[in-house]
Amino acid sequence: MDALHIAVNGVAHDLEEVDARTTLLDLLRERLHLTGSKKGCDHGQCGACTVLVNGRRINACLSLALTHEGDAVTTIEGLAVDEALHPVQAAFVEHDGFQCGYCTPGQICSAIGMLDEARHGQPSYIGSDAGHVELDAAEIRERMSGNLCRCGAYVNIVAAIRAVARQEAES
Amino acid sequence: MNPFAYERAGDAAQAVAAMVADPGAMFLGGGTNLVDHMRLGVATPERLIDVTRLPFDRVEETPDGGVRIGANVRNSDLAAHPLIRAHYPALSQALLSGASGQLRNMATTAGNLLQRTRCVYFQNVDTPCNKRRPGSGCSAVGGYTRYHAILGASEHCIAVHPSDMAVAMVALDATVVVLGPSDERHIPLVDFHRLPGDEPDRDTVLRHGELITAVALPALPLAAHSLYRKVRDRRSFAFALVSVAAALQVRDGAVADVRIAFGGVAHKPWRARRAEETLRGQPATPEQFARAADAELSSAQPQPGNAFKVKMLRNTLVATLQELAGVAA
Repeated sequence: MDALHIAVNGVAHDLEEVDARTTLLDLLRERLHLTGSKKGCDHGQCGACTVLVNGRRINACLSLALTHEGDAVTTIEGLAVDEALHPVQAAFVEHDGFQCGYCTPGQICSAIGMLDEARHGQPSYIGSDAGHVELDAAEIRERMSGNLCRCGAYVNIVAAIRAVARQEAES
Repeated sequence: MNPFAYERAGDAAQAVAAMVADPGAMFLGGGTNLVDHMRLGVATPERLIDVTRLPFDRVEETPDGGVRIGANVRNSDLAAHPLIRAHYPALSQALLSGASGQLRNMATTAGNLLQRTRCVYFQNVDTPCNKRRPGSGCSAVGGYTRYHAILGASEHCIAVHPSDMAVAMVALDATVVVLGPSDERHIPLVDFHRLPGDEPDRDTVLRHGELITAVALPALPLAAHSLYRKVRDRRSFAFALVSVAAALQVRDGAVADVRIAFGGVAHKPWRARRAEETLRGQPATPEQFARAADAELSSAQPQPGNAFKVKMLRNTLVATLQELAGVAA
């Protein structure tokens, strides 16, 4: 049993007796009772567990908690500021980017990470290597392929993310 | 998951010493494959030595004009690195064709090399598998073989290596830098992964205790003109049915130099030397590209469920070389 110091949504946690087998996802859900991050496949294939670690999106189900000593984690619970939704959250509401909602926290965290990657010029397999990233529907689908939606709400998910990307491009 | 001890390595020598001291220990990188295998019962380490905080996180130009990639560089960072995109575009493309955005943010360079086959029988502890339990038999032979090997397999194992990154690196003459208990050694990547033979449980030539610290790419001017083309059952986030990494230099209509490797078709990234030899000095034409593919694939031994891969790979190689040569069919 090991100790773990980790910040989650801006709150520092000094945890004792963390079993080495605990994944980051289980730590968030079972220990810190932040059940927004979802367990779908538990194999890194569905993306429902996506959270941001030091600003980068990862699958929390494939990451052992103890490897995150000193890290800053952001989950779906940490995105809104008081009553104001994060722009990606607001866009999902506006464009009806979900049906059952189970994949939504992962979709939203993944989209935030993805938008940041695009902002920094991260290339994609289908994109041209021109430096500037144009987030059209095909690019969004490629970059979001690690997040599955069993309800098939993809059309509206893409629309929501595209709207945020457009807002950013115009501002 | 079986209980295990967890420790974070302070430096590379300490990591190697801790590994040597415990035959049941394994190194932990990004964990995207190992943690999954621990959950499935495919891997049951008694100790994990976390090496992700060792200072091997840089991509650096070397004095000879090559590039040294630290073992801990994440797949997404490597794919985006300006040196890789400018001088070894096939490697950037291969990385971006693999896994998902989240997984690429986690997966390390060394871990990518050491990931294990996605053969469904290997990953299911309830079925016999010579790779997982030596001597228990191969469930894939006579089974579901759509994703299995057509080159270099044995009666003991027909699994394929799943990496995209390693295919591009093999084509581009990469070397693996390995730190052991007594010395450092440099292993050409093409010799790093093994063919299955009668020891399919051994994926690589790495010995217990040896730690990958870097992958070195040589200065290779033709690599600036390279491509990675991947064919799969869905457009994104899927393993290759077949893939081709190639670099081509054409002078006066003839092939001056060429590098080719195949993915998704063998127990290791498959360097297509016979195809390369068939091309050097010959006209850069679709007919010659097809001859080169046929020369390499003459030794193919497909399974009933994957005979389509021979033609698919032939066509993929021809299309890739045509694109590189800028010639129409």
